[in-house]
Amino acid sequence: MTEKFDAIVVGAGPAGSAAAYVMAKAGLSVLQLERGEYPGAKNVQGAILYSDALERIIPEFRDEAPLERHIVEQRVWMLTDKSHIGLDYRSDEFNEEKPDRYSIIRAQFDRWFCTKVKAAGALVICDTVVKALLKDAQGRVIGVKTDREGGDILAGVVILADGVNSTLARDAGYRAELDGDNTALVAKEMHFLRPEVIQNRFNIGEKEGVAFELVGTLTKGKIGMGFIYTNLESISIGIGCMVGDFEKGGLTPYGLLDELKAHPSVKPLLAGSEMKEYSAHLIPEGGYKAIPKVYGDGWMLVGDSAGLVNSIHREGSNMAMTSGQLAAETVIALKKEGKACSTQNLARYKSALDDSYVIKDMKKYQGMPGFLHGNRHVFTLYPELMSQAASTMLRVDGLDKKSKEKQVTKAFREKRGLFGLVGDAIKFARAFR
Amino acid sequence: MSKVEEKLFQNRYLLDEGSPHIRIKNPAVCKTSCAQPCTFCCPAACYVKNEEGGVDLTTDGCLECGTCRLICQSNGNLEWDYPRGGFGISFKFG
Ligand SMILES: Cc1cc2nc3c(=O)[nH]c(=O)nc-3n(C[C@H](O)[C@H](O)[C@H](O)COP(=O)(O)OP(=O)(O)OC[C@H]3O[C@@H](n4cnc5c(N)ncnc54)[C@H](O)[C@@H]3O)c2cc1C
Ligand code: SF4
Ligand code: SF4
Repeated sequence: MTEKFDAIVVGAGPAGSAAAYVMAKAGLSVLQLERGEYPGAKNVQGAILYSDALERIIPEFRDEAPLERHIVEQRVWMLTDKSHIGLDYRSDEFNEEKPDRYSIIRAQFDRWFCTKVKAAGALVICDTVVKALLKDAQGRVIGVKTDREGGDILAGVVILADGVNSTLARDAGYRAELDGDNTALVAKEMHFLRPEVIQNRFNIGEKEGVAFELVGTLTKGKIGMGFIYTNLESISIGIGCMVGDFEKGGLTPYGLLDELKAHPSVKPLLAGSEMKEYSAHLIPEGGYKAIPKVYGDGWMLVGDSAGLVNSIHREGSNMAMTSGQLAAETVIALKKEGKACSTQNLARYKSALDDSYVIKDMKKYQGMPGFLHGNRHVFTLYPELMSQAASTMLRVDGLDKKSKEKQVTKAFREKRGLFGLVGDAIKFARAFR
Repeated sequence: MSKVEEKLFQNRYLLDEGSPHIRIKNPAVCKTSCAQPCTFCCPAACYVKNEEGGVDLTTDGCLECGTCRLICQSNGNLEWDYPRGGFGISFKFG
């Protein structure tokens, strides 16, 4: 290929497809490269899609995208070995005309998104690994090198939407290798059931869905979280921990997933299902402090490659799309002004990102990763204490309620100490602020 | 079949026979100076302890997550790459 593109986008996940779509729609010549057999072939997500980010790019997506169920109920469960204590929130208001979140299946969603990219006029090539960035004598990125024959391709700018591992950004020196203490590994399975069974079991209507977030003793004091999401005719279930925690031993990713599936509160939800896929993926969880420089001479990082994930709220795909869109808009504006995608000019992308919810939210929760590292007991102690408290209060065994209350308070104090409890509350509140 | 193998059996792979995308640089390092975390961290159990006290790597079931690359950082004993374009795991759902 001797043609020079306005932009090359590496990766066909939500970040890459958002960037490629927005630029192609504005009439720029765009090449999108994906290493998978098809977009989504390498990608794993829970997956909850937040409407807002996509709606700003493709307003009519609800009529076209492969959406599973809109979420009407969220459950947060704290698990101990034998019990769970939970908080449910369900509202008919989630049955609005334009629901704000859906469960999706990434392999299908990514394929759809990429058909939109093609329809907007971009050239999309799958089955192709980008091996390195091409630079000129001044170190400016001028294109990419692929694993195809004669695979050097030139462009005015290269947008790296190559996901959490981003070996390209690492090899180019734009980003350090991922750190196991700031990166989670999640193992996931897809369990198939008839739609009526799912609807009965989860107490939901035909298109309605439920999302569970799970924490507890399962992760044996390691920083970890699980999830269960209902799709049209399947259930996504997964659980993960920090890589650095797995490294210490005592847990395997598949062992942890099997324990979750066997938990007495979870097992009946999956009964009779057929498991059709097992997957695993990393999540960048370093938060605001771990975000690398996101632009330079002829290049930008978007989505997971820039570490844009809010792990507290399990938001990543939305930040990926928004960052992709903002990067694209920067390129479009520079093209209009006849300016090059130099370091100085691409600084606009950073400002736009800073002004958006992406960086604002990441800043808001910047204390969270640190808090969790220093306070691993929140994953074991609290679920246990809460469950004990509930059990004590709910059991009818001849003990009066006042004495029961005293027992509960005593257990909390003994296990953590009053200062510990207050301290945790303050630290937790700070991390959330 | 082990539990992990049963799981992986459900997946769709296009194998690039004879050209594994991850390689152990120096097997002696695995044997002598490593706690071998890859043998319990890899979600596809691609790394297995062998009888000589070292580690055998078979990438056929690899989910291309990147975990082994992270945990072997301190030893720098892995050559980690993606499979050739189109090869490796192809998630139907993801
Ligand atoms: C288990 C799990 C659950 C999650 N749940 C949620 C959730 O419920 N909601 C949410 O919003 N977020 C969630 N996230 C986060 C979300 O999945 C990510 O933030 C999002 O996918 C990032 O998008 P991306 O486009 O940056 O990267 P990716 O989706 O990873 O896409 C990167 C793409 O680049 C391609 N690629 C990589 N390297 C190359 C190369 N060298 N050459 C060519 N192509 C390449 C890959 O094949 C891939 O298609 C979850 C993540 C995980 C792992
Ligand atoms: S972590 Fe690296 S050095 Fe250690 S056993 Fe595994 S491959 Fe070998
Ligand atoms: S990339 Fe992931 S699945 Fe593949 S061998 Fe490494 S740890 Fe195992």
